[in-house]
Amino acid sequence: MASVAREWREIPGRYNLIGTKCANCGKIFFPSRDFCPVCRRKSLGKMEKHSVCRTGEVFTYTVIYDAPDCNNRLKPYAVVMVRTDDGVMITGQLVDVDLESVAIGMRVRAVLRKLDADGASGVIHYGFKFVPED
Amino acid sequence: MRDVAIIGVGVTKFGELWDKSFRALGIEAGMKAMEDANLSGSEVDGIFIGNMSAGRFINQQNIASLIVDYSGLASNNVPATRIEAGGASGAVAFRQAVMAVASGLNDVVLVGGAEKMTDLDDVSINSILDSTADAEWEAGMGVTFAGLHAMIAQRMIHDGTATREEIASFAVNSHFHGALNPNAQFRKAITLDTVLKSGPVASPLGMFDCAPITDGAASLVLCPLEDARKHTDSYVKVSAAEQASDSLGLFQRSDITSYGATVKAAEKAYRRAGITAADIDVAEVHDVYTVSGIMALQDLGFFKKGEAGKAVLEGRCQLGGDAVTVNTSGGLKARGHPIGATGVAQIVEVVEQLRGSADKRQVEGAKYGLAQSSGGTGSTVAVSILEAI
Repeated sequence: MASVAREWREIPGRYNLIGTKCANCGKIFFPSRDFCPVCRRKSLGKMEKHSVCRTGEVFTYTVIYDAPDCNNRLKPYAVVMVRTDDGVMITGQLVDVDLESVAIGMRVRAVLRKLDADGASGVIHYGFKFVPED
Repeated sequence: MRDVAIIGVGVTKFGELWDKSFRALGIEAGMKAMEDANLSGSEVDGIFIGNMSAGRFINQQNIASLIVDYSGLASNNVPATRIEAGGASGAVAFRQAVMAVASGLNDVVLVGGAEKMTDLDDVSINSILDSTADAEWEAGMGVTFAGLHAMIAQRMIHDGTATREEIASFAVNSHFHGALNPNAQFRKAITLDTVLKSGPVASPLGMFDCAPITDGAASLVLCPLEDARKHTDSYVKVSAAEQASDSLGLFQRSDITSYGATVKAAEKAYRRAGITAADIDVAEVHDVYTVSGIMALQDLGFFKKGEAGKAVLEGRCQLGGDAVTVNTSGGLKARGHPIGATGVAQIVEVVEQLRGSADKRQVEGAKYGLAQSSGGTGSTVAVSILEAI
């Protein structure tokens, strides 16, 4: 069972898609990075918190049939890589959707949902999932 | 740096080996390799072990000590090191051993690769496999390891660089050879229809697109090339053992239908060996999923992007085909994929091919062989080139 701290420290990214932006080159990163892999040393101390755009389009997808324990009751379920409208690639689940209609190029937005739970009495993990944009 | 030779190889049967423990498998492979190299054991001055997750599979850490102890070498105080690099663990252990001999620090090195997977239930096993992706931002979001590869396949199909049938045909190629390998987990040829109609795992991939869960071990003995003939007449030269990295998460890449780490490691390996992709006669590639096999053939330079699938579907990479012969061992799909053992077992197969001892799987006159092994979704890739002497 994971500690509460492991969950708690990731809340900005998991709940609110807070990443970082390099003030030197302007590139946005999600999840957060302490320095920019392009500018490296020049970016030290210049990484700013950045709220990643919550809308974007599906770059690729799959429907998962052989699911981990946490998602057993949801299967089959869709998973996507989304290119957000500010150009960041994010991996997550796509829910509230007809699985037949999932396609590359589909417009989606991020919402806050329950991801997993550490057993019946453990920590509940929340985070973003994607839903169709409208 | 000194040139390095492989003077002995050993591999266990791969499969669901209920009666064999982790230590029994590791020792069996090591004993075979030592016997093959005509060594007694006292010559060994270094050991490198590839293993991904004994800590989670069998609740045993510090496995380098376990292996050195049960090899009977603890009394010689031989230094032993365990390497973990996801699915590339065995291949990276091999590379560490090559560096140890090339540098002059060691003279006779034993390389082992082992994984005991079937002592756990399927759900736990899958959770361990998923952990070689980004545990926080891929696996933690509900994405499986198969799911990541499925998204690569989906994008390839969308881009028009492979069809579903072409991707599926990689399993047909691997099973064709696996049927000829007495140590393979699955010794049965299959048809394309079997792959296409297998139960869904992560669309578009089905059960027959995926490497199985396997127990097994493999081993090698290395020494300086100039000393090889003192031990055996049957050895091969290590022409290159290269490695490259990429981002942990697949989503961090500019292109997900090619592994940059394979491309880079291959470029370095060809340069070091002084050859090109066209010189390779036989190759073992990391087909943990069919789609990874197709990608590897392109990233290694055997085919241009968009052309590997067609070649495999046409049978050009099977024994007797006109292109490079691929996965004569049966590959990860049919020989089986005991994770830490896989990268070492690939080298064992290439050695057998170059020594001319691959029996029904033999590629006639094979001079150069290559092995490509990947950890995670191409986040660590090792490419090795061996040459017949």
